[in-house]
Amino acid sequence: MSDTQVFRIWIKAPAEKIWTAITDPEWNQKYAYAAPQFFELKKGGRFHSTANQGMKDYAAANGFDMPEIILDGEVLESDPPRRLVQTWRMLMDPTTGAEPFTTLTYEIEEAGAGVQRVTITHDTPGAPATAAMIRGNTEAGAEGGGGWAWVLSDLKSLLETGKIMTDA
Amino acid sequence: MTDDDRVFRALADPSRRFLLDLLFARDGRTQTEMESELEMTRFGVAKHLKVLEEAGLVVVRRSGREKLHYLNPVPIRQIHDRWIDKYTEKHVTTLIDLKHTLEEES
Repeated sequence: MSDTQVFRIWIKAPAEKIWTAITDPEWNQKYAYAAPQFFELKKGGRFHSTANQGMKDYAAANGFDMPEIILDGEVLESDPPRRLVQTWRMLMDPTTGAEPFTTLTYEIEEAGAGVQRVTITHDTPGAPATAAMIRGNTEAGAEGGGGWAWVLSDLKSLLETGKIMTDA
Repeated sequence: MTDDDRVFRALADPSRRFLLDLLFARDGRTQTEMESELEMTRFGVAKHLKVLEEAGLVVVRRSGREKLHYLNPVPIRQIHDRWIDKYTEKHVTTLIDLKHTLEEES
């Protein structure tokens, strides 16, 4: 595997709606890992995500510490509703937390007929544990380990049907 | 043609599955790198990569002058969610086990 992973999906929704679903904590806590993510949408702006109650309960039940801030980073480029570049570090796990910041790029492109092509490019040089985490678990039923493929599928499901996959 | 049709059609060809396996082992490759692994003309490889790209299974990124090919796992994930989950994992696993047992016996 190279140090870059690419994930692409087509979503039938306006670009602005997809942008909001990615960057607005009111929206981004509705799907996939369901933890709110906060973006200061300007160059040098702060990015972070906080643990949700489910994550805290899970950590308490399994006897490990869940930090309040589970993701952090910095906004490098914000061009709504088309392009977002940020640094990204996962703090939920001590191994990924000790790795260098990775770079995450979201691109939302017009693909005709009200459809947008959404591409996530994640560059993870020097961060093998983070790379493994975002690649996801291919085992069936391991939904929490689905990585970006699972996040994008759930985002598509929410925007096109109003429901996340686990509701179906 | 629906998205699913495109994915299944792309996967129906053994050379294209071989190209996906190459990218699964290590992606970010140029077409030239992949050509050396296949007994096929440059034109043939380009055509197969185009079908894979149109199905969303391969994403091409430019890096300077080079075009690098990446595996996109999302369509496979969607087919998994749409088809495998629906008919329950258990039955599939049972059938795969049966196939393995029968193949070992023969």
